[in-house]
Amino acid sequence: MILAAATLAVLVALLLGVIRALRGPTVFDRVLAANAIGTGAIMLLALIGFLTGRPEFLDIGILYALLNIIGTLAVLKFFRYGDLSHPGGKEPGDA
Amino acid sequence: MVLLTLLAAITIGIVRMRNLFGVVVLGGIYSFLMASVMIVLDAVDVAMTEASVGAGISTVLMLGALSLTKTEESVPKHLPLLPVFVAVATGAVLVFGTFALPPFGVAETPMNTHVAPYYLQNSIPDTSIPNVVTSVLSSYRGFDTLGETTVIFTAGIAVLMLLKGKRHIKPGPKRRRVSR
Repeated sequence: MILAAATLAVLVALLLGVIRALRGPTVFDRVLAANAIGTGAIMLLALIGFLTGRPEFLDIGILYALLNIIGTLAVLKFFRYGDLSHPGGKEPGDA
Repeated sequence: MVLLTLLAAITIGIVRMRNLFGVVVLGGIYSFLMASVMIVLDAVDVAMTEASVGAGISTVLMLGALSLTKTEESVPKHLPLLPVFVAVATGAVLVFGTFALPPFGVAETPMNTHVAPYYLQNSIPDTSIPNVVTSVLSSYRGFDTLGETTVIFTAGIAVLMLLKGKRHIKPGPKRRRVSR
């Protein structure tokens, strides 16, 4: 019962995230929404795992979390440097 | 149902958006929602592939392509009537095809009665691999998997060769002969 309620709450959170991603005036809103939706998907995965009696889904949730970080890091690096092959370190405004 | 509605909303958002950077971000969201739908359908392996390829690698690759082009999509000059017609016709054919499918999760379908019992009963005596899916992929259909791996390996080599050739030509001020 409490698991079903939690699943419903996560679905509502996903809905809110999608609304923000579609309406978000700036790109950063969308990046944040994407990150939140990734986290929501992980929560949904874990809850469904417990609802159907298979807690092994938690391992897959950990994998999702790692992948979520890759995507967000790539987006932010692209926004900062305009190029994914930039070595990083220095700011573009530095001499 | 809720997830499918969200998927449709994201798709319409991708089509309507002109900023390609936002499209890439929305594509990542789409992949995560799609992976959730796969999990609800109890296809965890497909969901894992969708999340790793769709949300992880595709985002990085699309951003890499985006750094070679501009960020704003140009408005099309005319209405794309023929592509719309082709897409709607293909979708209609696919929906028509689903009418002939058996209901979800029924045990008496040909898919579940043809070779699956053989694999379930004999995979451990034959291959002594505890996971049935792994034994089917890497033992019963080993040559098939070997062929897939060869295709992906060849594609990777081809991409590497293309990238390497471009890097040799680009830095020089004039087109001169490439020396390795």
